[in-house]
Order: sequence, then C-alpha cells, then structure tokens
Amino acid sequence: MEEVKLTSMVKTSGCAAKLPPDKLHSIIDSLPIMKSKKLIQGFETADDALVYSIDDENVCVQTVDFFPPMVDDPYIFGQVAAANALSDIYAMGGKPAVALNLMCFPSCLDLSVMKDILLGGMDKVKEAGAVIAGGHTIEDPIPKYGLCVTSFMKKNCVITNSGAKPDNYIVLTKALGAGIINTAAKVDEASESSKKDVIKSMTTLNKKSMELSLKYKVYASTDVTGFGLIGHLSEVAKASGVSISIDTKKLPILEGALELARFGFLPEGRYSNEIYIKNEVNFQSNISREVIDICYDPQTSGGLLLFMDESDAEKYVSTFNDDCCKIIGKATKKDKKLLYFF
Amino acid sequence: MLLKELNLRGLSCPIPVLQVKKGLKDNPEGLIVYVDNIAACENITRFSQTTGYNVDTKEKDKEWILKISK
Repeated sequence: MEEVKLTSMVKTSGCAAKLPPDKLHSIIDSLPIMKSKKLIQGFETADDALVYSIDDENVCVQTVDFFPPMVDDPYIFGQVAAANALSDIYAMGGKPAVALNLMCFPSCLDLSVMKDILLGGMDKVKEAGAVIAGGHTIEDPIPKYGLCVTSFMKKNCVITNSGAKPDNYIVLTKALGAGIINTAAKVDEASESSKKDVIKSMTTLNKKSMELSLKYKVYASTDVTGFGLIGHLSEVAKASGVSISIDTKKLPILEGALELARFGFLPEGRYSNEIYIKNEVNFQSNISREVIDICYDPQTSGGLLLFMDESDAEKYVSTFNDDCCKIIGKATKKDKKLLYFF
Repeated sequence: MLLKELNLRGLSCPIPVLQVKKGLKDNPEGLIVYVDNIAACENITRFSQTTGYNVDTKEKDKEWILKISK
C-alpha cells in the first residue's frame, strides 16, 4: 500500500482541531444541566475532567480526549494523543488508573499504521502506570486517536480549576508555541531542532509536574491545550472568581515559534481563540504581536498551570529544574478584565 | 503593472501562506490574493509584511482581497 503522510489527511490537527470555543459554548451552554448527587464536578466550570463520588471519601475522575494527527510518525502520534488525554487526570491531581482507546481509521491506510498508533498510546499509558482495558474503532477518512482515562482518588485530593485565590503564584510546566511549530512543520517550514523540541514536549507526560506538586498546597490547576494559554487561564479566572496578571517576559517559549509566527505560520485556532476571549483580556501596548500569538496559540499536550503560594511556587520551579517550567504571573482580586498581560 | 492573481479560497492554513511564498518567488513584484477565511488573510498579511511587502486588504461578504506589492 502507498505510504501516506498522516498530516496530509487532516485539515486541523492536535488540540487545534477543537471546535472553536464560541461554537462549542453556543451549544453546551444551552443544554440542560444533568444533576446527580454523586456528580461533584460536571461541565459547568469547564474543568478538565468529571468527578464522581464513589463513597464518602473516594471519587472517580474521568476524561476523554482525541484528535487528528499533528505528526506523520504514527507511533509518535499515538504517544502525543495519549500524553494529552492522560494530562487531564494529572491536571486534577490524580494518577491515571485505566484507559480505553478511541480510534478512527481510514480504509486507505495500511493496518500497520493503526498498530503503531496504538503501540505509541500503550507505551505512554504504561509510563503513566495505568492499563489499557479496551477501546472502540471506527472507519473514518480522517484518522483520529485518543483515550478515555479514569482515575480513582481521595475526594479531598482533587484539584479543580475553581480554587485559585488572589496572590497565588502561577507556574507553567511546559513551553508554549507547539501549535505554531506544528503548523509550520506540516509544510516543512519548521527547523529540525524545533520539530524535535516540540515532539519531546508533546510526548512528555505531565506526571512529573503533578507528582512534584503533591509536596505543596495547590489551590487550582489545569492543563494548557486547544484554547491556548489565554483560554485555559480564563477558565480558571472565571471559575475561581479572580483576575490573573501574566508577565509575558517570563513565558517559556519553544525555540523558533516567535520567528514562525512573524512569518504567518499560525493555526486557525489561534484566531478563533482570540475571537472568543479578546474582550476579557488586556494586553499592555508594548507587547509584540508574536508574543500575543503565543498566548492564543492552541497547544497540544501542553503543560500544567499550577496556582500556589509564592514560596511553594519558587521551591517547585527550582526543584523541577527545567527551563520550560516557570512562574509566569499571579492571581489578583477580580478586576474589570479576567486577564492582564504586561 | 498588472499583478498576478492567486485564488486561495477554500484552503486552510498553512497552505495559503505557502502558496503566497511560492507565488512571490515567481512574481517578486507582488500578487493579488483571494481568500475566504480570516486566518488565511491574517497569516498572508504577516508573511508579506515580514518579507518587505505592503498589503492592502479589502473585505466583502467574508471574502478578502489582498493586494501585496512593493
């Protein structure tokens, strides 16, 4: 069978393939909310995963995530998709326990491609210390892969996106710009070193980020994916009733991303994210257009955003010991806008 | 001088930017480009400005005509 580039089969890829937030919210905000005494966290606060009570002390945390490929190597695509799906559990402070595969696969591709995607996913699930228990596969002209992941944890250990307090410091654990580099890479405009860096970042589990955070008090947490840094910060600000102030000079940015933004290699999601949230955001006038692009850029398998006390945030970053993990700003009392960038 | 026209309607990013890059290589004096989504319009504008061109944009009914010239 002829070898086909996975990314040539898709229009949008990775988390940039998310339905634009304005379209999504126009529907889900109009749906009736299903209530259950056992459902502690549903989709009302746009959190990363649901929280369902098992008994007085224990809860089940569950999430699902899947998307079309952003890389041509099927094994790497499987790894990225799995790391991204597992991340929602880490963002809730949980450890993944069991996962199910979700696979959409075109009939024109060799079945060995599907096997490699599944092996990539399996290896990341194994690294997470979880197990794949099954899945579901359908035929579809555009390949897609992801996982439904479940975690079991103590109710009082769950970290939601609604607990941020004014004066919390905000730590980001991975560099930004993945959407831009993936967009450029699709047409061979990204450098080899940028491609290598973005794959390393996207295939890295947020396991270390979460496990290290267990040593400290984390008030709120989420992960940065398709709605970009701005979209996910705004979800925390909204759910927690605070505003957030970000120092753009502190943002960790993947090498090459700013330059590619200058040349217009930006995913469509960068613009739909801006359309949805721009009225809630204030950018200081001296911030460059490329840095603004980075803030709106949809991330695939991005890092965690952790809201902590100042001294804990400093200790966390110093122990994490990686240039990609930085304190990027702080939460403040609720102001006129949700987010301020300076 | 009459600029060469490029119809990039129906294409999604990053293809329009790539097409403009190729188009300007063959026609360094400039191009007239038609697109039908805001991302393509913005991205082509960035590419053209970064490579030293002026861009004059007209929008009508969710279609954009970009005049890219020196």
